[in-house]
Amino acid sequence: MTNPDGTIQIRVNGEHRRIMAGMTIATLALELGLEPTKIAVERNLEVVPRSTLGQVRVEDGDDLEIVHFVGGGDHPVAGTVEIMQ
Amino acid sequence: MTAHDDSWTVAGQTFRSRLIVGTGKYKDFAQNAAAVEASGAEIVTVAVRRVNIADPKAPMLTDFIDPKKIVYLPNTAGCYTGEEAIRTLRLAREAGGWELVKLEVLGEAKTLYPDMHETLRATEILAKEGFKPMVYCVDDPIAAKRLEDVGAVAIMPLGAPIGSGLGIQNKVTIRLIVEGTSLPVLVDAGVGTASDAAVAMELGCTGVLMNTAIAEAKDPVMMARAMKFAVESGRLAYRAGRMGRRMYADPSSPLAGLI
Repeated sequence: MTNPDGTIQIRVNGEHRRIMAGMTIATLALELGLEPTKIAVERNLEVVPRSTLGQVRVEDGDDLEIVHFVGGGDHPVAGTVEIMQ
Repeated sequence: MTAHDDSWTVAGQTFRSRLIVGTGKYKDFAQNAAAVEASGAEIVTVAVRRVNIADPKAPMLTDFIDPKKIVYLPNTAGCYTGEEAIRTLRLAREAGGWELVKLEVLGEAKTLYPDMHETLRATEILAKEGFKPMVYCVDDPIAAKRLEDVGAVAIMPLGAPIGSGLGIQNKVTIRLIVEGTSLPVLVDAGVGTASDAAVAMELGCTGVLMNTAIAEAKDPVMMARAMKFAVESGRLAYRAGRMGRRMYADPSSPLAGLI
């Protein structure tokens, strides 16, 4: 549900955020300072194909996980956040 | 076959280097990149993690190790259930666009031993979804066969617990795995120093994966180079075919014509 000020409430990587309604995932990524070609996005536990990031609109209540590749060998890397909590 | 013609293939991709290195635990990305270069590795393992939204301009691994030149092998290090691992790899496939992945489902934090029940289950699901899973597993020849049955593309038994640096603890089971499967076998975990890598290769393994042995060496770049030579030497020794073992001495010089 869109708020009177035209914003919606979502979660990105576990944190609540308020963003303008009608934004695509690619636009949101750019607003967060992220390069859409270097990330992968999960929306409400479903992977969003990268080719559609520019079309899929973020909706009120969406739970987004935005991930990328980081250094890692056989160990979980200290100081990074696990996807699963 | 010449010494220069010794490539190996996994899931249709051919590589010359038999050393796969991790990208964790390094001082910084620059040192990591220098170690990868010195190791000659053509594949590096990478993890999939949340982007840091508070600092989106932080340096990224891809700025230092070019995924167009070095194959990124996404792994599921840190996953304790099949579901976590599958979820991670689905995202990895989207982030990278490739099917070749490393599956690792751990059983407990204390030993970081693989949970083979979950590992087998996840391997089967991933294979059905079109993934090409290289699978971290216990050094059990029967488990290796089961993994092959359900769609693994490579068997990656531990030589010793992850990060322990203890070397190959059970040469017999590693060799049995090599003899019992048609898939590439890469020792994954347990290597501490160059001779450990050579032992793995002399047992007939296709390759070796390591991270801590290089990253925690006092000079990681020099150790990366040592590992490159160890893997090559072990491989050559395996192909050359070692001499038989004897109980007693056998002189190298002819006995005829002694004065």
